[in-house]
Amino acid sequence: MTTPAPRSDDDGETGGALAGLAWALRRDLKLAFRTRSELAVQLLFYAIVVTLFPLATTPERTLLSTMGPGVLWVAALLASLLSLPRIFALDQADGTLEQMALSPWPLPAIVSGKILAHWLTTGLPVVVLAPLAALQYGLDGIAIGVLVAGLALGTPILSLLGAIGAALTLGVRGAGGLVALLVLPLYVPVLIFGAGAVDAVRAGIAVDANLSLLGAGLIVAALGSPFAAAAAVRIALD
Amino acid sequence: MLEAHDLAARRGTARLFAGLGFRVDAGSVLVVTGANGRGKTTLLRMLAGLSMPESGEIRLDGAAVEPFSPALRNAVAFAGHALALKDEFSARENLASLVELSGAPAADAEIDAALERVALGSRRSLPARVLSQGQRRRIGLARLALSRRRVWILDEPVTALDAAGAALLAHLVAHHLDGGGLAVAATHAPLGLPPDRVRALSLD
Repeated sequence: MTTPAPRSDDDGETGGALAGLAWALRRDLKLAFRTRSELAVQLLFYAIVVTLFPLATTPERTLLSTMGPGVLWVAALLASLLSLPRIFALDQADGTLEQMALSPWPLPAIVSGKILAHWLTTGLPVVVLAPLAALQYGLDGIAIGVLVAGLALGTPILSLLGAIGAALTLGVRGAGGLVALLVLPLYVPVLIFGAGAVDAVRAGIAVDANLSLLGAGLIVAALGSPFAAAAAVRIALD
Repeated sequence: MLEAHDLAARRGTARLFAGLGFRVDAGSVLVVTGANGRGKTTLLRMLAGLSMPESGEIRLDGAAVEPFSPALRNAVAFAGHALALKDEFSARENLASLVELSGAPAADAEIDAALERVALGSRRSLPARVLSQGQRRRIGLARLALSRRRVWILDEPVTALDAAGAALLAHLVAHHLDGGGLAVAATHAPLGLPPDRVRALSLD
């Protein structure tokens, strides 16, 4: 008999969860690196959108710095949205998603790894690029700091919530448009608190409340969304 | 031992099969035949735990199992129509990744030996994109060879394989059965196994 004895539940689950997360993270990062031109397209999209606004509206500094935070956040939302179908659709098409769901590792752990990889490849570059983009809007140093802090807390929420939408629309025709309709309303609180934090610091009000709420949102999303997305993946496979 | 009791399936409004019951003992293979659209793939996906039966029950070693239950996920190796290969990864990377996903990682030497065995040794660094359909299937065979699962569920395993590939598949399945494993295969082509090992199930 070549079959190993089934692992008992308690030693299997935690170790299995970490192993599953690490496997998915490593694999998706490696895949992203192999297809890095696609990622560059998303980042360029973000850079171009944030550059279009000053060109299309006004070069006036006070106006630009007023709408800057909002524009930068909306662009981050759209850039995240653009890459959502990549999380699960390709793996479903080639059958890897089935094998993930049949793995002894817990599916929510594998999904967490995929979401983390998605954020590292699409959210983190936006966070890094934001200070540069913010210069076009005449934001000062402190405002840029708050913007980056907000994006660092907020963009993972976008990936987490987006993963639920991406999993729910698996196998649906025109999934890209549908996922936008599903997910964009959920992004609204992130947008309000993120852009609000920058507005607050520019108005001289404390930003703790905004950033704390983003942090709390991140914790809730990180705990809940992998399970929701995993459940949606299982339904899609049925 | 894998059993099905009073299994029924429906796709949309069409009833595929109902009242289906069978038992596959360790050391034997159940070959499922039937015309296109009779529900072979649906049945196999149910047995693998990917799909919920409309009614009925699947038992593994006498215990009823639900879709995605840990008992099934630790026992089943599923090889479906989709091969789960990434075009961007080499044959070797694909195999190593899938074997690791099944929870029983293999050493580099084992991976290479398995690729050698399916005659992909010299192609192991090529991206899966440039491999032929038959060669891609062979990566799937190498995955089965390395899997330590006792239930193999194979959907049209002979598709796209040449004579040598089909013989290799027969050899792998025979070895698996000798080791106390069992298999369920949906196929139109004969698997080339000794008749005393094979049980037939027709969905027609």
